[in-house]
Amino acid sequence: MLNVTDILETVKMIDKDNLDIRTITMGISLLDCCDPDIDAACRKIYDKITKKAEKLVKTGEDIEKQYGIPIIHKRISVTPISLIASACTSHDYVKFAKALDKAANAVGVNFIGGYTALVHKGYAGADEHFLTTIPEALTETDLVCSSVNVASTKTGINMDAVAAMGKIIKDCASMTADRNCIACAKLVVFANAPEDNPFMAGAFHGPGEPECVINVGVSGPGVVRAALKKAGDCDLTEVADIVKKTAFKITRAGQLVAFEAAKRLGVPFGIVDLSLAPTPAVGDSVAHILEEMGLESCGACGTTAALALLNDAVKKGGVMASSHVGGLSGAFIPVTEDAGMIQAARRGSLRIEKLEAMTAVCSVGLDMIIVPGDIPAEIISAIIADEASIGVVNSKTTAVRLIPAIGKKAGDELQFGGLLGGGPVMEVNRYSPLRFISRGGRIPAPMQSLKN
Amino acid sequence: MKAVITVIGKDMVGILARVSKICYDNNINISDVTQSVLQDLFAMIMLVDMSSSKISCAELSDKMNELGKNLGLTIHVMHEDLFNSMHKI
Repeated sequence: MLNVTDILETVKMIDKDNLDIRTITMGISLLDCCDPDIDAACRKIYDKITKKAEKLVKTGEDIEKQYGIPIIHKRISVTPISLIASACTSHDYVKFAKALDKAANAVGVNFIGGYTALVHKGYAGADEHFLTTIPEALTETDLVCSSVNVASTKTGINMDAVAAMGKIIKDCASMTADRNCIACAKLVVFANAPEDNPFMAGAFHGPGEPECVINVGVSGPGVVRAALKKAGDCDLTEVADIVKKTAFKITRAGQLVAFEAAKRLGVPFGIVDLSLAPTPAVGDSVAHILEEMGLESCGACGTTAALALLNDAVKKGGVMASSHVGGLSGAFIPVTEDAGMIQAARRGSLRIEKLEAMTAVCSVGLDMIIVPGDIPAEIISAIIADEASIGVVNSKTTAVRLIPAIGKKAGDELQFGGLLGGGPVMEVNRYSPLRFISRGGRIPAPMQSLKN
Repeated sequence: MKAVITVIGKDMVGILARVSKICYDNNINISDVTQSVLQDLFAMIMLVDMSSSKISCAELSDKMNELGKNLGLTIHVMHEDLFNSMHKI
């Protein structure tokens, strides 16, 4: 029997606390689109995506109306394009990005992820040249997102790729300097990238995935914060319990939508990614949850502990709620996309060093962080190497999505608008890692990789 | 299958009548009605049976949204599964 309290609680979660389904992402395999003729491959890609995802947006809108829960985005993720590109005789890989962009526009999705290369042990086929095409691909397209996996616990860290990515991020920034360096917001460098992540910019449809799947990313930091506020001054065991129960409810909503979308589209259900994904809107902030736990400002001492509690409780509650959990699943800390993070960065309480520590205990990495535009490529590479080490040693996903703000220095502001938000430029340690990064090679896989 | 219509806002004459009329016009049977006060806001919850409805849940949602806009109320239409899945193990 339906309970009045439950119903009103749900309505309040949606109306006041910004509960929403962040994304329904359709993962599509493009392995059968390989062709030595690049134009033929692009045509196959365009045709396959527009056919498979033809009803995706309408289905999302219908489900939204039926259940009364907002579904913010519909997205597509595809097989890492560098795998498809490896079959082509031409090296004009930007054509793939344009085909993806065209297909995404045709079906009406918000983003398409998968201009991706997996180089965690080394380069093969198209990989090395493919990386150099990323800045142009992201400059010339609107909806395409790119990612590069440079490390894994099993393989160690590909420091040649790390060195290359520092330069590529800088190129992305300078090529879109007149557009707030937007290309950098569409590029993620990963360690231990998940193959089924529905969130952008790091979504791609991994080679181990089936033909086509539906993955759903939930959200709801506002809901968690509201629940904690209501609980008042309880001990941390109780805090963890409240987060767990709230995460259960949020994830169940995601599971319901995922099942329904999969049924209506005739596509298997993949996973629910039970991540607390903030937005710049008021009342939708992960940082504010940490502050509600008792920190004066996000970034203060105690932040790492609070985030560790939050991340773990979210997972525990969510796992019970869903039959298949995957993607990133945890708490996100993207600086420009979180109203609380932006405030904390502006007032100086949140610094990059603290963010780095926080990435060890939550589900993403150094995400949407704006750095000075004159930062040399080797420092960006060294930041990637640091982040990758945290991921590799701790057998978790970490990532870097940095925005060098060309023409701006620490304290200036950069605004993207929309879900990407904006915020202050954050200073970085300027002592040089050039010699370390120039060495190249591979940092060997850690002992943790030998689990057999 | 059942849907839940929640009306939240300032109390006024005729809310129940207006919402019921839309249900009546579309052959939707009202199984249960309850009212509650949630933090000074008036909340009315109707449990309706959609099995003989002339319109879909999505279309009902559109009609209720329009009514809500006209009256300055927030009206949600939600399939019962949302509550069943979120609040039960």
